[in-house]
Amino acid sequence: MKKNKMIRTILIEALLIFVTIIILLPLFLAVTMSLKKPSEVFVYPPTIFPNSFYIQNYINAFNSINLGRLMLNSLIMSVVIMIGKTIFGILSGYAFSNFRFKGSSLLFALLFVTLFMPAELIMIVPLFQIMQSLHWVNTYWALTVPFLASATTTFLMRQHFMTIPKELEDAAKIDGAGPMRFLLEILIPLSKSTIGGVAVINFVYAWNLYLWPLVVTNSNEMATAQIGLKMLTNVESTSNWGVIMAGTLMVLAPTLILFFAVQKLFVRGIVTTGLKE
Amino acid sequence: MAKKIFPYLLLVPTFIIIAIFIYYPAFQTFKLSFYRMSPFGNRLFFVGFQNFWSLFTSGQYIQSALTTLIFVTVTVIGGLIISLLLALLLNERVPGIGIFRTLIFAPYAISPAVAGTLWAFLLSPVAGYVSYLFLILFKAQPQWLTTYPLALIAIMIATIWKNLGFNVIFFLAGLQSIPQSYYEAATIDGANSVHRLLRITIPLLSPITFYLIVMNVTFTAFSAFATIDVMTQGGPANTTSTLIYKLYQDGFVNFNTGFASAESVVLILIMAIFTYLYFKFGQKAVFYQ
Repeated sequence: MKKNKMIRTILIEALLIFVTIIILLPLFLAVTMSLKKPSEVFVYPPTIFPNSFYIQNYINAFNSINLGRLMLNSLIMSVVIMIGKTIFGILSGYAFSNFRFKGSSLLFALLFVTLFMPAELIMIVPLFQIMQSLHWVNTYWALTVPFLASATTTFLMRQHFMTIPKELEDAAKIDGAGPMRFLLEILIPLSKSTIGGVAVINFVYAWNLYLWPLVVTNSNEMATAQIGLKMLTNVESTSNWGVIMAGTLMVLAPTLILFFAVQKLFVRGIVTTGLKE
Repeated sequence: MAKKIFPYLLLVPTFIIIAIFIYYPAFQTFKLSFYRMSPFGNRLFFVGFQNFWSLFTSGQYIQSALTTLIFVTVTVIGGLIISLLLALLLNERVPGIGIFRTLIFAPYAISPAVAGTLWAFLLSPVAGYVSYLFLILFKAQPQWLTTYPLALIAIMIATIWKNLGFNVIFFLAGLQSIPQSYYEAATIDGANSVHRLLRITIPLLSPITFYLIVMNVTFTAFSAFATIDVMTQGGPANTTSTLIYKLYQDGFVNFNTGFASAESVVLILIMAIFTYLYFKFGQKAVFYQ
């Protein structure tokens, strides 16, 4: 019996190693390709390990499409969206979780219906026209402002605040703390990890946006890193995969590093986005 | 008095953003779908339902609707089956499981555009390792990104791969919420592992599965835009042009605003039905399982 269990464990370990390798293989092959000299890229049959350690591909990716600027734009966009969505989500979530007011269920329903209405995708034509009339095309305003609030973050924060005992609020009232002080000094400190999880997820969401930045920016100065990938594929017309993979890995790096650095927050955030704790 | 308006003040920022950037464009979409714009974009002509008529009689539009249907169905079902199997494996208590979980969750951080360039590389004719593998295994070297239906399959692969992290995280959370005692009781009653999977695990995962289906359909239908744009740009011969890709082309390449708005209206209505079904059947099950 004990021996059977050990065999089972070994088989499972072997299977786990196998599937992990398969799933991460595209990333691994991208790394090795990104270190190949142009002369090695099209060697046939393809070799896995590069003969060289050709860092120049990364420099070329930066130079050929102004990638540094594009990554800076993505960073600005993602940080602003992350902060806006999280703060506005906390405020509106708090309104729905801790207050009874006239019209609250109507307002809640009005917010609900936007949950599956990604305007930047399915209403992109009129949304673009709004940007034109505001003279926001090709600016940071267009990249950030439409995304500053969302139903998802509001619901998540509401859902979370509802799990915090009512007694705390009553106690704060007795101590003479107003509702804003209660939010800032009690509710938010008690919700740090949920807020952290939501913030990281909103950052990744913004960093990975594609269609909207593609439509609303029209210069190498204002485009974002994701759009850079398309530019890179077009510029490298001979398909120098070494340079393209170097660029791809740099565009991926911020979110991947963030993912590994705060994985616990991440998973918590992802799961609580849809599930009651 | 100040106390009474306080909750409304909390809602002001969110509702300003939503009113200007969701409600107003939604209203405009419906309005524009009944108009045609003059060639210089300075005048609107009311044309009734003509945009919708040309939409539903357009062969290209019907084709892109079918492409979307096939693409979404295969990607979501295939992706969820693979993810469930992975989650079952990651639910085993063996040494080092934490590391395997972290590594397999990682594709969550990958964007649809990054997934696109990675798979475009792997499937490319000379430098691509997948193409080479095909040559060794099947003595064939298909042109993945430029032939039908391989281009669509390529985009399905990239999308399934990109969605794995998200799906596995949810399935694993679901598996871990199933009490161990259910399995113990079933084992005492003589149920084997297949029985346990079919009679306990899968039924108890159905709320999460429902949630994942809804999320995956939306991701796949819309976010795959980036993957398509990087890998095939809708080609060959529009066979990878999904509804959202076609909307982009009609709105921003062909500048056919009225037609594009009619396409938007159809998407809004589909999403409205979707939202209704989600809250009617799914929300309770998912949030209060």
